Amino acid sequence: MGFFGKLKGALKKTTDLLRTDVRDLFKAGEILDEPKLQEFEKRLLLSDMGFAAAQEIVTEVREKHGGRTVDVEAIWSTVKAKLRSLLKGDEDVLYDSDNPVSPLNLQSDGPTVILVSGVNGVGKTTSIAKLANLIQKSGKSVLLAAGDTFRAAAVEQLTMWSERLGCEIVTKPAGTDPASVAYTGCDVGVEKGVDVIIIDTAGRLQTHQNLMDELHKIYRVIAKRIPEAPHEALLVLDATTGQNGLSQAKHFSEVVECTGLVLAKLDGSAKGGVAIAIRQTMGIPVKYVGLGEQIDDLEVFDPDNFVDALIDKEA
Amino acid sequence: MFEGITDNLRSALSFVNRGRLTEASIREGMQSVRQALLEADVNYDVAQNFIERVTERVIGDDVLKSLSPTEQIIGVVNQELIDLMGPVDHSLHFVKGSITVLMMCGLQGAGKTTTCGKLAKLLQAEGRKPMLVAADLQRPAAIEQLRVVGEQVGVPVHTEDPADSTPLKVCQNGVAKAKKEGADVVILDTAGRLHVDDELMKELEQIDRRVQPHQILLVCDAMTGQDAVNSAKTFNDALELDGVILTKLDGDTRGGAALSVKEVTGVPIKFIGVGEQLDKLELFHPDRMASRILGMGDVVTLFEKAQAEISEEEMEDAQQKMSEGKFTLVDFQKQMRMVKRMGSVKDIMKMIPGLGGMSDALGASGEDPEKELKRVDGIINSMTEYEREHPAKIDRSRRNRIATGCGVEPSEVNALLKQFGEMATMMKRMSGMGAMDRMKAVQDIAKNSDPSGNFKVQKQRSKRGPQNANKLKDLKKKQRQDKKKARKRNK
Repeated sequence: MGFFGKLKGALKKTTDLLRTDVRDLFKAGEILDEPKLQEFEKRLLLSDMGFAAAQEIVTEVREKHGGRTVDVEAIWSTVKAKLRSLLKGDEDVLYDSDNPVSPLNLQSDGPTVILVSGVNGVGKTTSIAKLANLIQKSGKSVLLAAGDTFRAAAVEQLTMWSERLGCEIVTKPAGTDPASVAYTGCDVGVEKGVDVIIIDTAGRLQTHQNLMDELHKIYRVIAKRIPEAPHEALLVLDATTGQNGLSQAKHFSEVVECTGLVLAKLDGSAKGGVAIAIRQTMGIPVKYVGLGEQIDDLEVFDPDNFVDALIDKEA
Repeated sequence: MFEGITDNLRSALSFVNRGRLTEASIREGMQSVRQALLEADVNYDVAQNFIERVTERVIGDDVLKSLSPTEQIIGVVNQELIDLMGPVDHSLHFVKGSITVLMMCGLQGAGKTTTCGKLAKLLQAEGRKPMLVAADLQRPAAIEQLRVVGEQVGVPVHTEDPADSTPLKVCQNGVAKAKKEGADVVILDTAGRLHVDDELMKELEQIDRRVQPHQILLVCDAMTGQDAVNSAKTFNDALELDGVILTKLDGDTRGGAALSVKEVTGVPIKFIGVGEQLDKLELFHPDRMASRILGMGDVVTLFEKAQAEISEEEMEDAQQKMSEGKFTLVDFQKQMRMVKRMGSVKDIMKMIPGLGGMSDALGASGEDPEKELKRVDGIINSMTEYEREHPAKIDRSRRNRIATGCGVEPSEVNALLKQFGEMATMMKRMSGMGAMDRMKAVQDIAKNSDPSGNFKVQKQRSKRGPQNANKLKDLKKKQRQDKKKARKRNK
């Protein structure tokens, strides 16, 4: 089962949700009136895409098709095009599903540093393991830095993963300043000449100023060892997160300038619609999606496929 | 917590303060309330029903004809919020004379393992002997995490090697071991799952059937979006939940999940997690939560906090000093430290009715009340004992010395003294009041002070007491209008 199939499976529920509209709501020959649009708005809102994005789509549908007889195909192509433009933004990210590292800003000389952050329990450590696996598969060497020195057993969890993957890891005892782990990670990475250094951080809620300051320190310290690093700051987002995802993206970007999102746990029943809201308001693109608990279940995000899977009638 | 929903609701409800209320204007206003709820991740249907109920009650209740429609509408919203989230039943229904088995379940990353530790700590404080069982064999290092948490709390943890055991076996052995070792509560930490995963769901059902836990608690991430309701429903269908524990409420989540879960599943929220430390688990009170959501403050929790942190003697001593009007910088410093023990200034302010908005203003203006407190503490520390008892005696020379001593500008020392003087005056005035009047006085301070927290005490101008500025304005306006009418008549 390729990415498309998996994503389709994962999004089947959303698809069902949206598709029932087509059958129930948008019947060819009927007039597209306000109650129908209201119902359509409800379906959109249930995907967590947020009030603003849903409004935008509904407005567009209303303008183009409101008051006329329903042409299902035409409505869908409007919705698809709108969603696609919301997700793609200004085409600043390369999505090539054949090349799993294409969305990353990889450096040709010296190691690329990827800083991974997010709130508690979104699946940072697991996503890092999956990402490391993906990068290794593309023929590059990876070094992990276990920067989560706060949560009980987080270092052990990452160590277990590194053993399974057979990649280098830098650890320090629990309670160590995570910035020091990050620095040592970069240090060792440069010495050993690895291609990619991935730095884990402890989960933190974006409202805890002290913890956010700590994260900012990690960010600065990395640049001290390797100028211009980190080259990628990925924010891991739980697909079940609602509108709070916006606040997360905003606050994390303030301290680490997020370059992309990893949408984890998309295999649940949630749709990760908040990614649309984030792309719309902050311009941060989704780069990877987590589709399961296995190590291979991380894929490059593909907006075209995402939209197709979301509302493809054949799905 | 809940700031987001609070802000939005506050601005959404501001329509009640504007102009005349008609049925149409209420319906329109309720639409913005609906949007506020949706943006707070309240489930679509729940929000819709909520709005309908409120609108119906407001229009049906003759609210429009009542004397203060504003308060009535907010009252209705408040009551409906309470009904939406409550009633709750905090009891875990312990079995007398035998072991009570609690099973925790929830989605991945909701905070199950941490919550297990918090719950164990809470139960321990109640004098029970809890034991933790690590039945999460899925996630690498989950067992290790529970072991560490158990160590921190000081409760035994039953673990087994995931290679040659099953979750069911771990649970059964754990309960047996608990019986042997004399524990009276067993908390099962099950693996997190996405509820679409049938296999893992079956595993949970199997544990439920074979171990027969007395209570099944769902741990739910308060940041979850529209999906919160679905997952709670699925778990409830499979396991018949007894309660919900909402976690991560210390973030800026709008907590719409809290509003939806009870409404849709009928399962009450029992506890809320408000921090990473193991003592940050609180009982859930819908009425207090509703007040917080509406920005009406949460005095009850504040009193409870104060009681827990400040001893009775300290309290009485402070009262005594206040009522005698002998309030010195020493007492000021003491009280400041007492307040500090209760938590961050912002958190406390949010719980005082009417001060919630002020704490936001503080945050927006970039001033950190903690830092301010620290600095004031430092300034007072640089004074001699004599100066602290007699602030009036601080002259220019003394002021300069104090300023050098603590590294601030002399003007800041002056500002502190001025503020203190105003506060002392206020204390004197308040000392004669009852509890209710005092609360009102505190709210007046909030209204009269600028966001930097400086008090602006109105001078007592006459024996009739302070003039109400609004009343004066109305009075003058009326006089002007009367004059105008008189002129017209004379023409």
